[in-house]
Amino acid sequence: MAENHVSTTNACKMCTPMGASLAFRGVKGSMPFIHGSQGCATYMRRYIISHFREPADIASSSLGEKHAVFGGAPNLKKGILNVTEKYNPEMIGIASTCLTETIGDDLKMITTEFLSEFADLDLPHLVTVSTPSYSGTHLNGWKLAVRSMIEKFAGSSPALTADNTINIFPNFLSPADIRLLSGIFREYGLKTMILPNISDTLDSPSWEEYINIPEGGTSVNEIALAHRSGASIEFGYFHKGESAGSYLEENFSVKNYNLLPPVGMRATDALLSAIEEITGLERPQRFVNERGRLIDALVDGHKYINFKKALVYGDEDFVVSMVSFLCETGVKPVIAASGGKADLRKRIEAICEGFCPCPLVLEDSDFDTIEIAAADIKPDLMIGNSKGFKISKKLGIPLIRAGFPIHDRFGGQRIITTGYEGALSLLDLIVNTAITTLQEETRVGYGYM
Amino acid sequence: MTLSILKERKDQVVERINGNETVSCSRESLAGAVSQRACVFCGSRVVLYPIADALHLIHGPIGCAAYTWDIRGALSSGPELHRLSFSTDLRERDIIFGGEKKLEAALDELITRHNPKAAFVYSTCIVGIIGDDLGAVCRKMTELKKIPVIPVQSEGFKGSKREGYFAACKAMFTLVGTGKPENISPVSVNILGDFNLAGEIWIIRDYLKKMGVEVVANITGDGRVDDIRRCHGAALNLVQCSGATLDLAKMMKEKFNIPFLRVSYLGIEDMAESLYIVADHFSHIDKDIEEKTRQLVKTELEQIMPEIKKIREELNGKKAAIYVGGAFKAFSLVKAFRRIGMSVVLVGSQTGTDEDYRELAKITDPGTVIVDDSNPRELSDFIVKKGVDVFVGGVKERPIAYKLGVAFCDHNHERKIALEGFTGMLNFAREIHNSVTSPVWKFHPARLSRVEEKSSEVCCG
Ligand code: SF4
Ligand code: SF4
Repeated sequence: MAENHVSTTNACKMCTPMGASLAFRGVKGSMPFIHGSQGCATYMRRYIISHFREPADIASSSLGEKHAVFGGAPNLKKGILNVTEKYNPEMIGIASTCLTETIGDDLKMITTEFLSEFADLDLPHLVTVSTPSYSGTHLNGWKLAVRSMIEKFAGSSPALTADNTINIFPNFLSPADIRLLSGIFREYGLKTMILPNISDTLDSPSWEEYINIPEGGTSVNEIALAHRSGASIEFGYFHKGESAGSYLEENFSVKNYNLLPPVGMRATDALLSAIEEITGLERPQRFVNERGRLIDALVDGHKYINFKKALVYGDEDFVVSMVSFLCETGVKPVIAASGGKADLRKRIEAICEGFCPCPLVLEDSDFDTIEIAAADIKPDLMIGNSKGFKISKKLGIPLIRAGFPIHDRFGGQRIITTGYEGALSLLDLIVNTAITTLQEETRVGYGYM
Repeated sequence: MTLSILKERKDQVVERINGNETVSCSRESLAGAVSQRACVFCGSRVVLYPIADALHLIHGPIGCAAYTWDIRGALSSGPELHRLSFSTDLRERDIIFGGEKKLEAALDELITRHNPKAAFVYSTCIVGIIGDDLGAVCRKMTELKKIPVIPVQSEGFKGSKREGYFAACKAMFTLVGTGKPENISPVSVNILGDFNLAGEIWIIRDYLKKMGVEVVANITGDGRVDDIRRCHGAALNLVQCSGATLDLAKMMKEKFNIPFLRVSYLGIEDMAESLYIVADHFSHIDKDIEEKTRQLVKTELEQIMPEIKKIREELNGKKAAIYVGGAFKAFSLVKAFRRIGMSVVLVGSQTGTDEDYRELAKITDPGTVIVDDSNPRELSDFIVKKGVDVFVGGVKERPIAYKLGVAFCDHNHERKIALEGFTGMLNFAREIHNSVTSPVWKFHPARLSRVEEKSSEVCCG
């Protein structure tokens, strides 16, 4: 089977600095900067723009041949000065690339040197993250960037008394999902520090005039206070050294709750329970009602979708959380595939326990492998990003688009999957997909379903 | 109004006054400026990608391959191997111990699985650093697998897209002359520099067919390895666009003595002119060819002109901005906009040459801003300052235009609508018309403030 191919065909992942750049986008006044040759930054921008339909400026140190030989430090420094002059950012988030990691550029050292060389200037904060793509995916880059910001800023303001702010490390969710999540906390009357907060920066209103850096995002000052928050909630799986939540717990005793991204009933329940455990607050009636509506809809829809087989693919956290939700609806996940690595089999097994048999789990995989598996297992529907369209078309399996990137549909930045609301909207899509198939397959073309 | 141009870029931007201006160009992108440029690899990939029955293996870490998977609308009438994205997906141990073994194994398995007619192996930045001997691996695999396995020296940092074009031409040139040039008409051409976006090469082939001209090889849109191997049998090369394949034409001229003509299929004037020079070239062999060409142009024009005239009435006096990859395309676009009654107030390219910018300065109206290797900030400033109604560019420029309330037409490699040929001119006019006349601009804050500024100008002035 394709799992032991040497080469990768149609990757189901993106590269590390792209994840880092996206995460840096969620900080107020921040400018992502890729230390490498020009191509990487341009390609990533194009990729990001096609999904979000937003300007996505990412600066690059534009290394040429001589820099690759003699080191990229001079260009990096020049680049920082130029970005500072042109964009006047509060922070520059610098990610390395395969190239600069291999030639041995040390970002921390170069930026420290830079800051002392130009100590007389009013310079932005410089955050660096080491992101060679040969050892990770975009999701690792994202998490590492968040962690490096926390390491850099948290605790840099004096710790006043703890307050009731909750740190949220949402991981890679859509801007609409981030808005939805902050709404949940607002309903409890809580203050949050969401890092990164891409809800406005990657989904901004029309402009009246040119804006250098999109408005919104969490400010460096807010991040600097993260160590005195009441608790942290982080979503997803973190390899060693990736979790900002654990860093705060280890260094500042801020209790960290590691949860599944809140997709579906159980994961949303877990989120609300965690909030209530942290704060001692009661559940707002709104969520009781929303949950009730979700159950009602699950019941209304169950006969259309029970036993339907699903293929789920995308980044590792998306896959696990989506499998969790599907189990609850009666849809049977039969293939769960990701280009990333995150101890998937064990976690998916645990999640399916009591609901359905564990699907075929493909880790560190590509779309070619997924296609071979899908041709064999014949799922009824697929859930994932646009890159699965080729398989969907070839094998005639309807595709429900969610995750990143959405390059062949409109509104990828507005897809919601989290909370009871997100679950409801996903459920509608799934049931309607099943109904569409039913309607198309019967010659009568029933008008009532 | 002061424009935000970085100091070091000052001479890469000029405003046309008398048509003798020059723009400084062909520089490395400035560190820290958000350049819209790509890399050498990107250039090679653009040119070779449409060869549909070849295997395209990207030797490097995953990103370079992931971001270029099926992003261009280069159509094929047969095999579609080019639409898959193959990568050696290098990992840490390959970086430390070298990637040659992995490359070899990858080629072995992929050639066995897909049976391509040839394989192109692209090197990316990192390969240039870890020092894999691409040539050696390719030679070995050529022997073993009995198909041409061709290295493309496209390490990203070794220049800009243009160096990538050259690397691609060099790679293709190793194929040219290896096939049998039998049964080829003396009235025959190769089409160079058309990538069959949205099926454009089929439009051009159809015109040539009507003129009685045989097309030997498409280079590279809807391209086939075997055609390229025998394309030295053609009597003439037609080279389109900003020279992505110009180097190949030059190599073929030198080695096989095949002349070439530079053509453009964009806009009515350039399209017709291109067909006429082809007819002229062959008129000593085929006496009727010029008449056939005139007829063809006439029929085509009759079909599109009524609608274009209507569109022109509605667009008259509007202003356009152009920012494209190569400057040659910009020449045609300037003329195409005149056709629909619009003037171009800003024009620029990522990779134009000195000569290109001189030409642009000549053909544009006074006051037109001309830029080389621009960035979002600069482009936006000009858009606002010049009161642009529609922007022509690529996907990276689209959000800037939309955020600032400016209509947009995608004229890049990702386009899904054919813009070449006479039909293409009509499509182009429709595209512009479609975006410019939308009611959505009425709500746009940037447009509303423009209107306010204007009306206050009027009452104060
Ligand atoms: S690594 Fe080099 S070849 Fe690959 S995208 Fe970046 S600049 Fe281009
Ligand atoms: S070289 Fe590395 S960082 Fe650049 S695009 Fe390729 S994988 Fe991404």
